[in-house]
Amino acid sequence: MSAIYRREMGAFFTSGIAYVFLTVFWLVSGIFFFTGTIMSNTTNVANMFSSMFFVVLCLIPVLTMKLLSEEKKNKTDQGLLTAPISLWDIVLGKYFAALTLYIIAESIVFVYAFILNYLGEIAWTPLLGNYFAMLFLGAAFIAVGLFVSSLTENQMASAVVSLVLLFVLYLSEMLVSGFANGNWFKKGIYKIVTSVAFYSRYIEFTRGVFSLTSVLFFISVAFLFNFFTVKVLEKRRWS
Amino acid sequence: MIEVRNLTKKYGSKTAVNNISFKVEKGEILGFLGPNGAGKSTTMNMLTGYISSTSGEVLIDGTDILEEPKKAKSKIGYLPEIPPLYVDMTVDAYLNFMYDLKKCKLPRKAHLKDICTRCMLQDVRHRIIKNLSKGYRQRVGLAQALINNPPVLILDEPTVGLDPSQIIEIRTLIKKLGKRHTVILSSHILPEIQAVCDRIIIINRGEVAADGTADEIARDITNEHKMVLRIEGLTHTADDKREIADALRAVSGVKYVRADMEREKGIYDYDVETDGKTDVRRDINKLCAEKGWNILMLQLSDLTLEDIFLKITMDDGLNKQNDGKDDSSKPKIAIKRTQNGKLKAVQEDAEEKADENAEEGSADSSENNGGEE
Repeated sequence: MSAIYRREMGAFFTSGIAYVFLTVFWLVSGIFFFTGTIMSNTTNVANMFSSMFFVVLCLIPVLTMKLLSEEKKNKTDQGLLTAPISLWDIVLGKYFAALTLYIIAESIVFVYAFILNYLGEIAWTPLLGNYFAMLFLGAAFIAVGLFVSSLTENQMASAVVSLVLLFVLYLSEMLVSGFANGNWFKKGIYKIVTSVAFYSRYIEFTRGVFSLTSVLFFISVAFLFNFFTVKVLEKRRWS
Repeated sequence: MIEVRNLTKKYGSKTAVNNISFKVEKGEILGFLGPNGAGKSTTMNMLTGYISSTSGEVLIDGTDILEEPKKAKSKIGYLPEIPPLYVDMTVDAYLNFMYDLKKCKLPRKAHLKDICTRCMLQDVRHRIIKNLSKGYRQRVGLAQALINNPPVLILDEPTVGLDPSQIIEIRTLIKKLGKRHTVILSSHILPEIQAVCDRIIIINRGEVAADGTADEIARDITNEHKMVLRIEGLTHTADDKREIADALRAVSGVKYVRADMEREKGIYDYDVETDGKTDVRRDINKLCAEKGWNILMLQLSDLTLEDIFLKITMDDGLNKQNDGKDDSSKPKIAIKRTQNGKLKAVQEDAEEKADENAEEGSADSSENNGGEE
């Protein structure tokens, strides 16, 4: 696992994806930080964090798009699958590499925190809570992106499909919001969709509620999709 | 060392590999031969655990590849048809990655240096793989397979894309490797297999068509020996032809005689088949001396590996098409053989009898033979 993790980290930087990802992430989050916090003369970072949901949603597919699709396209998966390692080693090595880069990117909020600390009083607890919420959100999204990447040989298809998938997950709540007061069937759908919703869970954190259920939810999603990815690789071998 | 039992792979209704069984002993170099699409790569992918088999089992040193994949895979070095190279890495970085991936315990620096020396990669160790030529990439692929000194090496067309001098280098390397490792290599280039391998398995349509050394296979395919004789009679007429043919038939050990075309004026060629046990050349010589005939030419035409290969892969196909109409299929084989002068033209003549096919009127093919390698 560590060999794959290190290679993948190296590949992020040699292929330039890391630079694009970090630049865009820091640029856009900087804009949100400036407009949401500095310009409104507040040390409340909730605004910034709620906007960051969309940055994460749009950028994670860039991070995950080539992780497995490129291996398949260049036939390098033959090297990995015939090496004395398990499929979990392969998937988790790649997963944690992407997660590491994501953590580097989102840790920029500490820089913002120090800026705020210099300008005024800052509430550290909600900031840390939000930081970890974003981390778990990303962990779940990366697993979804990695899963999509395992389905195709085409990087672009992988990126677009993950983006659409994440977007649908986000929009699903709004689609069913009218069902909240309907009959039992509509209520049932509403309940199911909202229970697997990402956005409202995340937004909860920015309002200062550190919900362990949601943390558990994100971790479960991450685990589940990594499990799916392993199954996809396994199925390819058996087909 | 490697044991394959009733290995079968089906893709839907299409059977890619059908019930293949064979064994490879330690230190043996086994050649896998077959036309494109015969199932060579599929078999190799199953041997290395890249894909699973539909049924049957693969044992590497007694370990089942599907039951204990990690243990079995650690014993295999695999060079797939397309080397699994990360093209944005340097050769050194890539080999180090494979070293980690294979959990190699050997001293890193010395081991990698040794491998690079063996694969002639010392000069390019710090270059990015993207910028290397096909030949160097192939060698990096081979180097990768050698990491951790696996007892079994599986090489899928290792010399594809190399230039002639590199081909010879790689062949020598594989021969050397055969002393320490058990090697399976596939190729559709016959002289290569002949030059390198102790044993040959010919695969056709997903089935083992022949198994053994080149000589054994030749014996299995045909237990007759053929020769072509050119005999000058006394009268230089067609009567000669009949008389000589009859006399040849009377020689003990001769199974079949056919008078061929008139090659020189009044002189005919005779195709003679023997039972394979008796050497009839001396008897024929005596016979001719008694009768006052002159032998102008005597040519043995035992099957070369190439003939065997074609016989197995093409006879099969033709018989299936013609539903066993042997007479009509014979001229077709003859045509295929001459066509094959082309296939032959790209390879060196490993066998001294390569000029045999020149009989079919493809003098240019033997010319090409000399020109290519």
